[in-house]
Amino acid sequence: MSADRLSPLVLAADETNDRRQGTPRRGTGFLTEPFRLGTTPSSTVGPYLAIGLTWAAGPDVVAEGTPGAIWLRGRVFDGNGDLVPDGMIETWQADPDGRFAHPDDPRGAVTTPGFRGVGRSHTVDGGAYAVRTLKPGRVPDGDGGLQAPHVDVSVFARGLLDRLVTRIYFADEAAANTEDAVLRSLPDDASRATLIAQPSEDGYVLDIHLQGCAAQGMDETVFFAV
Amino acid sequence: MLPRYLREPAERRTPVAYPGYKSTASRAPLRTPVDLPHRLTEITGPVLGEDMVAAADADLTLREGGEAQGQRIIVYGRVLDSDGRPVPHALVEIWQANAAGRYRHVVDNWPAPLDPHFDGLGRVVTDDLGRYEFTTVKPGAYPWGNHHNAWRPAHIHFSLFGQAFTQRLVTQMYFPDDPLFGQDPIFNSMPTTARHRAISRFDLERSQPNWALAFQWDIVLRGREQTPFETDDDGDVA
Ligand SMILES: [Fe+3]
Repeated sequence: MSADRLSPLVLAADETNDRRQGTPRRGTGFLTEPFRLGTTPSSTVGPYLAIGLTWAAGPDVVAEGTPGAIWLRGRVFDGNGDLVPDGMIETWQADPDGRFAHPDDPRGAVTTPGFRGVGRSHTVDGGAYAVRTLKPGRVPDGDGGLQAPHVDVSVFARGLLDRLVTRIYFADEAAANTEDAVLRSLPDDASRATLIAQPSEDGYVLDIHLQGCAAQGMDETVFFAV
Repeated sequence: MLPRYLREPAERRTPVAYPGYKSTASRAPLRTPVDLPHRLTEITGPVLGEDMVAAADADLTLREGGEAQGQRIIVYGRVLDSDGRPVPHALVEIWQANAAGRYRHVVDNWPAPLDPHFDGLGRVVTDDLGRYEFTTVKPGAYPWGNHHNAWRPAHIHFSLFGQAFTQRLVTQMYFPDDPLFGQDPIFNSMPTTARHRAISRFDLERSQPNWALAFQWDIVLRGREQTPFETDDDGDVA
C-alpha cells in the first residue's frame, strides 16, 4: 500500500500502545484533542557535514558588489576554549527595510533585489565563519513594538545532537537594543553582550561560545529554545 | 493571522547533549536555553527551490561516468508537518558513506575503499505533495572512536528546511532491524518513544524487480498552531 493513499491518522497508528504493557484500559476510540503526528527526532550533523551541506554561494546572503554589503564574522569555540573547525552556522534575517524573503511575511515581499535572507558558512577556516549580507532593518515584535535589528543563527556541529539557536544584534544600535523584547528578557548585561556584534573594518564581529570556559574567561553564548 | 509552530516537550525531542556520546561533553551548552517566542523572524525561513538542485542530484549511483558499488536502493517518502500536511517545494539535502562505510572526506581515515563513482551527496526539492525520492546504495556501517568497538549503524544524513526557521531539521535515517542499534549512543540519544520515527520501512511493493530494494521514510516537521497576531489596516503586524 502506498503512503500517498494513507491518511496521516493511519500513518500515526504505530505509536506506543498502552495495552501491550499490561494495561487493560482502552481508549474511547475517538479523537479527544487536535490530531498531531510525532515529529522526527533530530540528530547530529557528524564530522562529514561538508559532503552534503556545502553551497557554492553559501556565505552570500547578497552577491559580491551589492551596495552596502557587510561581512558578519566570528569564531566558534567549545568549552575547552578550543576553536571548532568542523561546524557550520546558518543565518536568517530581514532586509534593510525589515522585510523577509518569505510568503508568510504579511507586509509583502522584500524590497531589496537579490536579497535571499539566508547564509551558510562552515567553520573549516580555523573555526571562523563569515557571511556577506546587508544589515537588517527593524521588524515588528508582535506586541506593538519593534525589534532591534537582528539575525537568527543556527549552529550545527559534531557533538551537538540538535542545532543551537542564537541571535546576532549590533553594538551601534544601542537605542533599539534597549527596547528589544528578547534582549530585555535576558537576566543581565553579560548575557546580552554574548549576542551583540561589534563593528569591524568590513562589518561586524561576534564569536560564539558553545559552552562557557571559566579558565579562559569565556562566557557561554545565550542560546534560545524556539 | 500568522502561524506559530508547535514545540514538542523536551522528553519527546533529542537532547543536545547525551552522556554516551563523548564529544557532546565539551560542545553542548551547560546553561538552559532561553525561551524565544515566535515572531516574524522565526515563522519565516529560507525558501530554497529548484535552483539549488540538478536532476542528477537525486541519483547518487551514477557519478563520474560510472556506477557505484553496492546494494542499489530507492529511498523515498513524504515530508509532512505534525498536522499531517505535506511540506511542498522544500529542499532535502542528504549525505552518506559508501557501501564499504567510507565517507569521501579528508577526515575519514577508516581503511575501507573509496568508490570513484560515489561521492555520497544527494539533493532534491519535494513535489506538490511533499514527496521526495533518491536512488543510492545502502551505506555500510563504520567504526568510530567513541568507545571500545564502537560502530555506527548504517544511516543516511538528512537536512531539511521546511517553510519556517522553526522547522529546520538535521537528522539521520536508519534501516530496519540493524543489529548495531543497541551499542550506538547517537541512535540511543533519541527518546525511546521517538526512535522508531528515525527508522525507514522496507517496501517490497516499491522495490524494482532486478534493480533496487526500496525503503520508505516519512519525515515529520513541526506543525503550526493558529494563534492570531493582530494586524493593522496597513498590514503591519501590531
Ligand atoms: Fe555518518
